[in-house]
Amino acid sequence: MFGAQVTALSPPSVDYTAILPVLIVLGAAAVGVLLEAFVPRNLRWSVQVTVSLVALAGAGIALGAYVPGAPAQGVTTMVDTLAIDAPALFLWGTLLALAFAALLFIAERTVEPGGAFVSQAALRGAAGGGGSVTTGVPGTAGGRAGAAPADGTRGMQTEVFPLTLFALGGMMTFVAANDLLTMFIALEVLSLPLYLMCGLARRRRLLSQESAVKYFLLGAFASAFFLYGVALLYGYAGSVRLGDIATAAAGSDRSDTLLFAGFGLLVVGLLFKGSVGPFHAWTPDVYQGAPTSVTGFMAACTKVAAFGAMLRVLYVGFEGTSWEWRGVLWAVAIVSMAVGAVLGLTQRDVKRMIAYSSIAHAGFLVIGVMTLSDSGLAATMFYLLAYGFTTLAAFAVVSLVRDADGEATDLSSWAGLAKRSPLIAGVFTFLLFALAGIPLTSGFVGKFVVFSAALGEGLAPLVVLALVFSAVAAFFYLRVVVVMYLTEPAAGGASVTVPGAFTTITIAAGTIVTLLLGIYPGFALEWAGAGGFAF
Amino acid sequence: MTWLLALILLPLVGAAAVAGLRGNDRLATLTAFGFSLATLLLVVPLWAGYEPAGDRMQQTSSVEWIPQFGIHFAFGIDGIALVMIAVIALLVPLVIGVLGVTDKLPEGRSAGGYLSLLLVQQSLTIGVFAATDVFLFYVLFEVMLIPMYFLIGAYGGPNRQYAAVKFFLYSFLGGLIMLASVIGSYVLAADELGEGTFDWATLVSVVSDAPLGTQVWLFLGFFLAFAVKAPLVPLHTWLPDAAGQAPIGVAVVLVGVLDKVGTFGFLRYCLPMFPAASVELAPLVLTLAVAGVLYGSVLAAGQQDMKRFIAYVSIAHFGFIALGIFAFTTQAQVGSVTYMVNHSLATGMLILVVGMVIARGGSSTISDYGGMAKLTPLLGGMMLLAGLATLALPGTNAFVSEFLVLLGAFESRPVFAVLAVLGMVLAAVYVLWLYQRVMQGPVRGDALVGAGGGPGAVQAPETGARKAIRDTSPRELAVLAPLIVLIIGLGLYPKPVVDVVTPSVEATLSAVQEGDER
Repeated sequence: MFGAQVTALSPPSVDYTAILPVLIVLGAAAVGVLLEAFVPRNLRWSVQVTVSLVALAGAGIALGAYVPGAPAQGVTTMVDTLAIDAPALFLWGTLLALAFAALLFIAERTVEPGGAFVSQAALRGAAGGGGSVTTGVPGTAGGRAGAAPADGTRGMQTEVFPLTLFALGGMMTFVAANDLLTMFIALEVLSLPLYLMCGLARRRRLLSQESAVKYFLLGAFASAFFLYGVALLYGYAGSVRLGDIATAAAGSDRSDTLLFAGFGLLVVGLLFKGSVGPFHAWTPDVYQGAPTSVTGFMAACTKVAAFGAMLRVLYVGFEGTSWEWRGVLWAVAIVSMAVGAVLGLTQRDVKRMIAYSSIAHAGFLVIGVMTLSDSGLAATMFYLLAYGFTTLAAFAVVSLVRDADGEATDLSSWAGLAKRSPLIAGVFTFLLFALAGIPLTSGFVGKFVVFSAALGEGLAPLVVLALVFSAVAAFFYLRVVVVMYLTEPAAGGASVTVPGAFTTITIAAGTIVTLLLGIYPGFALEWAGAGGFAF
Repeated sequence: MTWLLALILLPLVGAAAVAGLRGNDRLATLTAFGFSLATLLLVVPLWAGYEPAGDRMQQTSSVEWIPQFGIHFAFGIDGIALVMIAVIALLVPLVIGVLGVTDKLPEGRSAGGYLSLLLVQQSLTIGVFAATDVFLFYVLFEVMLIPMYFLIGAYGGPNRQYAAVKFFLYSFLGGLIMLASVIGSYVLAADELGEGTFDWATLVSVVSDAPLGTQVWLFLGFFLAFAVKAPLVPLHTWLPDAAGQAPIGVAVVLVGVLDKVGTFGFLRYCLPMFPAASVELAPLVLTLAVAGVLYGSVLAAGQQDMKRFIAYVSIAHFGFIALGIFAFTTQAQVGSVTYMVNHSLATGMLILVVGMVIARGGSSTISDYGGMAKLTPLLGGMMLLAGLATLALPGTNAFVSEFLVLLGAFESRPVFAVLAVLGMVLAAVYVLWLYQRVMQGPVRGDALVGAGGGPGAVQAPETGARKAIRDTSPRELAVLAPLIVLIIGLGLYPKPVVDVVTPSVEATLSAVQEGDER
């Protein structure tokens, strides 16, 4: 009886060429785990770095090979759970490029001897060897226990590489997920490695671990919200596919309560990942506590993934009901911009300052998402690309400014930096100008395209508010410039470590992209505007 | 390549060349001076090739920049832009000429950085006047802040950081609000034409047809940015700090040319693009303008610091210029445009002279001086001349402009004109009072006598003043000479400037009238 049905089951058709980039990344991550187990310790770093970079390059080539022949309106594959359409391809490209630059930054081990990461096991070995009583809990600021790995090599803890690849694979799936359950799984795949990576800092271990726990707890809440929202929406539409939800909402007498409660919970989960106020509380602590290279990866890539998914959910699933929820996002955008800009003013720590800046930028991005127009889609994605490279390079610069206790992130120790390292100060100033949105930087073009899309959709009051908050935020970027250029160097202040080749590439790539997209943004705008969502 | 493009690019090349000469201050100064002189020479063919009766925009060139938004690198000049470009091309070599003599850079700063920022500033400023693409204008308008920010912040007086940040934030906020209007105009044009563009002429033709309500909002965005730049009360508070802390040369460029971008913006953008709103809101603007004239004058009289004094004088003069622009008569507007030139010359000279006084006495406080004309008669004479030009004595260039503004404004707005006349009276008071306090009477004041000179100061027996105080050097005279020639020359024969700007002013005004009648 059941036999007939079993034989009728055929394996789902999979468009392997379309999803090849994701497969390569996730496959390389799995290989990385095996390498971690079998490759001798002194070889691991070079093997892992090579495998990861080759995987990213391979995924990039696969993507590049697929794009020219890709169907214009996109394809859905794996029983319609993944939609590989123009936005997904653009975001994949963005993610891969950002991840490549971030991975180089993570792999850096000359700035901090032995790299910025430590594993719990290595730490215990070091602490035990030193006869320390409080195993595993060295001091916070300036705690240098574990500075040398137990075996004394200049190697580096390398589990961070497969973790990065797993997170990246999750992100790529996240932005292409066509149904909410796939999206949830992708969310977990991208989040869990990030929680771990946050706690890996070699120095200031308590701060790093605190940030990991905080991120994990709040992230778990957000995931629960997301999942609960998915459940309610399934109850509403009888399907988790975004297209079905849109159809169900288009003309039915089903319970609006289920729809909007589900929508609200779902969006909370997404806003949390995008560090949008008022769901931003984790951002400053995590950005400050995590190893700077991980922060750079998170700030750039997670933002892209979260907003990519948000675009898809809102454009595909909830465009028809936008009148009902637009007001809520208005409030969210305003709160996010206000929190980011105003609280950013009070920060003394450069990493926290950039964290608040990212909250303000998230507010601008929400405006772009809310437009629900083609130009808004292209504008938001361009903004993500521009912001990702700028913020990644900014964190890479932060990692170079050090004193005896490691990274000197307090603003006071940056005094007079321009006298000692004019080049790094100049680059950082340029990046700050980009974050502030001054013309001839990608930040300005991003703001310009987002705001013109928003004005075209009648969001004028929001745009004016956004511009005012941009000006407020400019003050704290400018303060760093003042400290670097116009104040006298303090005795015992920080100095700039000569970066290794890897960090140099990261900074150079971020800066060049920021400049290029600022001066000649036409080609990227064209890619971003290539087409809409498939579903 | 047009002369105009060469004029924009040459200072940039100079900046790059000078930036490479960080070690050698003298060579850097000479190189920068050479480039600025070459730039000035380029103005000659530009001016000669300009036909006042010809097209609205001349020397045009356009290259596509961001096709998705219809953005071009488009440059061109009308008469108003031409005279302003000529002014900055004239002022920059003079400013470089006083570097190291009148202007001393703070310890440990090299001349190379200063000069290269100055030349970048010049290039961007010329670009702002020449841009005929609204997006390009906005970009240059904002980027222009960066070199000025560093010029004030790195090379200025003791309170320079505060002044630089205040300057930047005021202008940046104004600029961002203008950005909203820039995008708004673009969206309006995109809706109307089906395809967006930032071309100035196209935007003017589309946006000037918009309903009054829309126009008012867009107008306010532009107006706010320009009102910060050409400081109108109550948005003026950054100028006394910025001009007071800036090095003398930078103050000349800032007050002389950069602030004129605001009044230039009124003429180029606010009026033609939003004619109905301009007429509707003219009473508001005129009120602010006259308030500026009176408020600036009164505060100028009360200043203790000479550089802040000049800043307040300028605020009063910007009130006059705005009054002329928004009086909507040809006479008044021609007066305003020539005033933009003449104010640059007269105030530029006053700032330079005050800089020379400060360089001798080592203090910018007025009460540290007294009877200085006895020690430096030539410098005293220069200060009197610059002061008289500032208060618009007949025979000096500013008189022609001020007279035209008041005459034109009296036709259309008699009440405002009469109130502004009070400003002329006050000007005589504050300028002559300054001259009297600094130059007249017995030699006195810490800067000139005894204590100010420190322990090593040698005093001249007959006056009790420090011997180190000498009269103007030939180099200083050479810097002031072109300004003196122009101040008196344009005072007696203003026709060259008036002829060049009148057709552009008439075109602007006719746009307002057409737009207002619709």
